[in-house]
Amino acid sequence: MAKTGLTGSRIRDRRVMMGLRQADLARQAGISASYLNLIEHNRRRIGGKLLLDIAAVLGAEPAHLTEGAEAALVATLRDAASASPGAGAEAETADEFAGRFPGWARLLADQQVRIGRLEQAVEALTDRLAHDPLLAASLHEVLSTVTAIHSASSILVETKQIEPEWRDRFHRNIHEDSARLAEGAQRLVNELDAGQRKEVSLNSPQDELDAFLDKAGHSFAELEGAAVAEDDIEAALAGQSFDTSAAQALARDRLTRLARDAATLPQDRLVTALEAARKAQREAEAPDPTALAADLGVSPALVMRRLIALPQDVAERLLPAAPGLVIADASGTLLYRKEAQGFSLPRYGAACPLWPLFAALSRPVFPIRQAIQLAGRNEGAFLTYAVAEPDHPVRPGADPGLRAHMLIWPQDRLETGSQRVGLTCRICPRVNCLSRREPSIMAREG
Amino acid sequence: MERTVLVIEDEPNIIEAISFILSRDGWRVVTHSNGVDAVDAVASRRPDLVILDVMLPGRSGFDILRDLRAEEGTAALPVLMLTARGQTQDRELAQSLGASRFMAKPFSNAEVLEAANALVAS
Repeated sequence: MAKTGLTGSRIRDRRVMMGLRQADLARQAGISASYLNLIEHNRRRIGGKLLLDIAAVLGAEPAHLTEGAEAALVATLRDAASASPGAGAEAETADEFAGRFPGWARLLADQQVRIGRLEQAVEALTDRLAHDPLLAASLHEVLSTVTAIHSASSILVETKQIEPEWRDRFHRNIHEDSARLAEGAQRLVNELDAGQRKEVSLNSPQDELDAFLDKAGHSFAELEGAAVAEDDIEAALAGQSFDTSAAQALARDRLTRLARDAATLPQDRLVTALEAARKAQREAEAPDPTALAADLGVSPALVMRRLIALPQDVAERLLPAAPGLVIADASGTLLYRKEAQGFSLPRYGAACPLWPLFAALSRPVFPIRQAIQLAGRNEGAFLTYAVAEPDHPVRPGADPGLRAHMLIWPQDRLETGSQRVGLTCRICPRVNCLSRREPSIMAREG
Repeated sequence: MERTVLVIEDEPNIIEAISFILSRDGWRVVTHSNGVDAVDAVASRRPDLVILDVMLPGRSGFDILRDLRAEEGTAALPVLMLTARGQTQDRELAQSLGASRFMAKPFSNAEVLEAANALVAS
């Protein structure tokens, strides 16, 4: 493990706490006092035998001297450096910087976190402004009312001789429109405020379905079992109030599909296969749904759907991270969304066409394994598995109703050969992307 | 010769203001407030200029413009598009569909008057 320069600060703190003089610690550790001084001021890196010796003198575990909250600080500083490559910040000396200038380092790190939050808010709002039909209607109403007031007041001011009848009419119009403007502005503020709070308004039956599934963690104990009856589906829906009957119908259809999946691949079979896979591979490795599917004798898409439906306690025990899943039909419309940490799925705009999800549509039934790097704020690394399968039994001459699935595993590090993709064009910083549909409003990459 | 403008807009107070401004300038103003039969309204009123809102009940102003440009009789008719969304993509779409001018709300009375007179000489 790499030792950070902050280790020096911890050595100094502990020495002072013990009432030990710098010269005494240096002597006992077999180094000069001046060299220890450099270490304590984070001017020299420390590791190996010397770290062990100093830790022994201080009566501390070496790991306690090299780990701590400052590690997160240094990681954030490195994130800040990589987010602005043009600035030329020396990422490799972030630990030294944090050690020598802890106040400035914390300020810079706080700013980096704040920028991230603001960019996230901008992304969400921009996505809404561009694609949310309710918000667009509210904006249109406010701007139209402003236009009406502006025009009428201009007429009253600029027209030297205006008939009393017209004057009264425009006065009345301004009065009415100003009341409408107040209401419209308040409505607009409420809608934008909802976006800021991330309690986004549910505009469509699909939105309601997504919210329902997210709330349940995409896992329904009532639907696990070989013989799920209609009553079980109603039980899973019980207590849910949907704004529209269309949303309720979508939810019922989704739960029926989940129950069918559970009957075809019972949870205990999947758990057994996952446990066997864990023994055969390194613990932290993301399970390969296509290998699991081959072992279980089922389709990869089914395994993907079942993986994300595991109860939270089972998932935490058997999976390296909570996976995301997105399902699209042949038009590219996203029908099912479960987000993975760091991979937010576009709510209104169309997704990035470079996602393996869409490549899968061009070669049905063939699974694709593709590591990806998300362009943008976090530059997250993910491993994806994608496959497109018919949604219903294939009949001669009939459309197979392809459903493309993409399972998304968050990864700690970037895999060689990763494909760089975005979320949606409007908030993607990539330049010279041949697949771009519209200009980005985010800062572009240099 | 009197020039006729057809204002296709669903906001009554905007219609009233535009009507006032243009009629004072010598225009004959006729109005229509929904998108569904707007193309028929243009055919029957035979205006010299159309002022067309983008967001209309029943049908988008872009769809209406597309139909007007596809008809021989209205292919060259001056159309001033009004929209509450001044976004580049709306402007580009309006231009690609053949809008003669594009104006984002809120606009001023003088801008409307200037555009109308520039599109149809008296």
